[in-house]
Amino acid sequence: MYLYDSYDQAMVDARVEEFRDQAQRRLEGRITEEQFRPLRLMNGLYLQLHAYMLRVAIPYGTLNSRQMHMLADIADKYDRGYGHFTTRQNIQYNWIKLEETADLLADLASVEMHAIQTSGNCIRNISSDHFAGAAADELIDPRPYAELLRQWSSFHPEFSFLPRKFKIAVIASDTDRAAMRLHDIGIQIVKNDDGELGAVFYVGGGMGRTPMIAPLIREFVPLDQLVTYSEACLRVYNRYGRRDNKYKARIKILVHELGKEEYTRQVEEEFQNLLDQGVEPPLAELERLRPYFADPEFTDGPKSVDRSDPEFALWAARNTHRHKHDSYVSAVISLKPVAGIPGDASSEQMHLMADLAKEYSFDEMRVMHTQNIVLPHVKIADLHALWTRLEAAGLGAPNLDTIEDIIACPGLDYCSLANARSIPLAQRLSQRFAEKGRTEELGELKLKISGCINACGHHHAGHIGILGVDKKGTENYQLLLGGSEAEDTSMGKITGRGFDEDGVIDAVEKVTDIYLDKREDGERFLDTYRRIGMDPFKEALYD
Amino acid sequence: MTDQSQNQSDMQDWGISPDQVQFRFRDDEIADVPAVTVDSCCDQTNATAVRIEPGDDARELLPFLDRLQLVEVNFPAYTDGRGYSAARVLREAGYTGELRAVGDVLVDQIGFMRRCGFDAFAPDKPINEDDARTAFARWPEVYQKTTDGRVPIWNLRHE
Amino acid sequence: MKILTGNDLKTGEVIWWDGTGWSRHVDDAVDVGERGDVILAREDAERRVNSGYSIEASKDDSGVRPAHIKDRVRALGPTSVLT
Repeated sequence: MYLYDSYDQAMVDARVEEFRDQAQRRLEGRITEEQFRPLRLMNGLYLQLHAYMLRVAIPYGTLNSRQMHMLADIADKYDRGYGHFTTRQNIQYNWIKLEETADLLADLASVEMHAIQTSGNCIRNISSDHFAGAAADELIDPRPYAELLRQWSSFHPEFSFLPRKFKIAVIASDTDRAAMRLHDIGIQIVKNDDGELGAVFYVGGGMGRTPMIAPLIREFVPLDQLVTYSEACLRVYNRYGRRDNKYKARIKILVHELGKEEYTRQVEEEFQNLLDQGVEPPLAELERLRPYFADPEFTDGPKSVDRSDPEFALWAARNTHRHKHDSYVSAVISLKPVAGIPGDASSEQMHLMADLAKEYSFDEMRVMHTQNIVLPHVKIADLHALWTRLEAAGLGAPNLDTIEDIIACPGLDYCSLANARSIPLAQRLSQRFAEKGRTEELGELKLKISGCINACGHHHAGHIGILGVDKKGTENYQLLLGGSEAEDTSMGKITGRGFDEDGVIDAVEKVTDIYLDKREDGERFLDTYRRIGMDPFKEALYD
Repeated sequence: MTDQSQNQSDMQDWGISPDQVQFRFRDDEIADVPAVTVDSCCDQTNATAVRIEPGDDARELLPFLDRLQLVEVNFPAYTDGRGYSAARVLREAGYTGELRAVGDVLVDQIGFMRRCGFDAFAPDKPINEDDARTAFARWPEVYQKTTDGRVPIWNLRHE
Repeated sequence: MKILTGNDLKTGEVIWWDGTGWSRHVDDAVDVGERGDVILAREDAERRVNSGYSIEASKDDSGVRPAHIKDRVRALGPTSVLT
């Protein structure tokens, strides 16, 4: 993975000092909260329901054991002993004090981490495929390009006061494991007919109030123009994105209102202007980055798993992903224990995961946007030993991509934007299905819960989605069916009127009953829904 | 030919007087001329100073850059970042006159503004000079190329 | 009744106006009537509260109950905690 050179370190250190200075001025009253707010947001510090919340960046979801150990130490030193992994591959701490934040950032900087631009109207964490560098189906590791864009976007002088937040995802496979089409800019690295690598640009995707799938803007941007093209996309947005209405300020609205042809035309015009400006990094920089993402020293070993232990066999079947080297797999550590809080990990668990990464995965981990942790390169021969240790620590739930693998935002328990709680709902749902032994039977079923329309739980993209709303001061839940964040992107459709907490749990169960009743061979829930449509589900729910 | 009422509104656009410019990175004499709006510039007047509002298209000034000695860019609210693009667009097109940030200009933005090409700052509320000095010198290096002449880190690495 | 709440500037903790200062316990909250804005302006300027606002609440023998669930969560803490 990428390691800072002295330049990167100096920038992060300077940022810590800048924030220390800004926080001090706020504490002394030399700037108001209104003036301070965008500044602290650009360092990932929110004021939430209970305290300040800090969102630490984990660039394209990649981190090593040293960093994970520090995240655990930070949980203990500055927080209440746990952290929350997010739907953008970052980590959040919920109980941070402003007066300690600069010290916390300094601790992060000591392990090449930061909270830069994890909030605010600027370019956020560049996300990527959590199986990057390991997946059998990827063209190339997308992360050197993500790293290039990370540096380009950090402290960008022109794009730090955008109309709204800006999220970029980079992948390099046809299978979309990063919800790429649901980002402000989604990039897929491809090869053209001449065998040259380049980037496909999709611009204008997103969830929230008005979910949209990003349209194709440019079929092929040569790699030596990647940054210039990105700059052109951003500049058109910065100049013309709406600033009159917070709920219409994302680039998806601009692309939608201009139409993709006109937006593209403006980008191409700006792109021509910028080509003369030399904003592109030298090719040597990409060549410098590549070795950081080179394959580790794989060695040969058994190519199949010993399935004699049925519990292990279940976990191995569910929670591993095919690796490009046949003696390896990528293993998923579930942060979704039944009745647990999705995505949360205690400091003890973080320390363990760090140790396991060091021992079993060449010292590398990934954070999934579905709030689990990946050990990307695990030797099949080591899989049982790994699983044993995960099991002992409550991290061995064999439920990847099942109905127990719920994605949930923090919701009204933590977030000042929320209308309803999402965590207790997730807990009760996973418990309901686990207790009834239905999880395995239901197979792949992606359930996503958002506590408000901002959709941080990605509910629009859930096979089953739940949206918390405020119904005359009480919590109410809308049910959606048929969303998908993969390359077959689709937005979920609302079933009808909403439910209270008890009601929506029963509703989800009813919906799965219909699926089991109607499914044909090999169909996932999503497939059955797409085949039979909403009506059978609606009838079951509202009669 | 503009009528009287047009001239009236031009006259109100005095822009900022030289006294209100708090920081300036130029050696030439500071312009003390009224700045006109982009709309009323440039082929109909002899204006040498223009004020850009966030909704204006800075590229409308491109044919007249040689003539302009001062461009003010207004930041009515510092969260509206359109002025940063306006500045870069002008500098990229070869504008060498004074580029002045006016309005809700706070110490935490002037570093970025400088990088975008601003060489003069007239904040509504004066900025503490020590803080400003720190802000201008904050970044030991830079990641991106702009017209400010600083060499981006990724070029320094391969020199 | 109307009560005032906000966060402590330094620590971020949830605080409630108790008539003379800021308490971490919702049951200490007092009715400020129409004086909320005046109190908040002063307390904010003195940095004794951050992002303060006034809310509806009711009071009975068991204590003070904010009207909106969001503020009840703020008063009582998250309803689900990692153990």
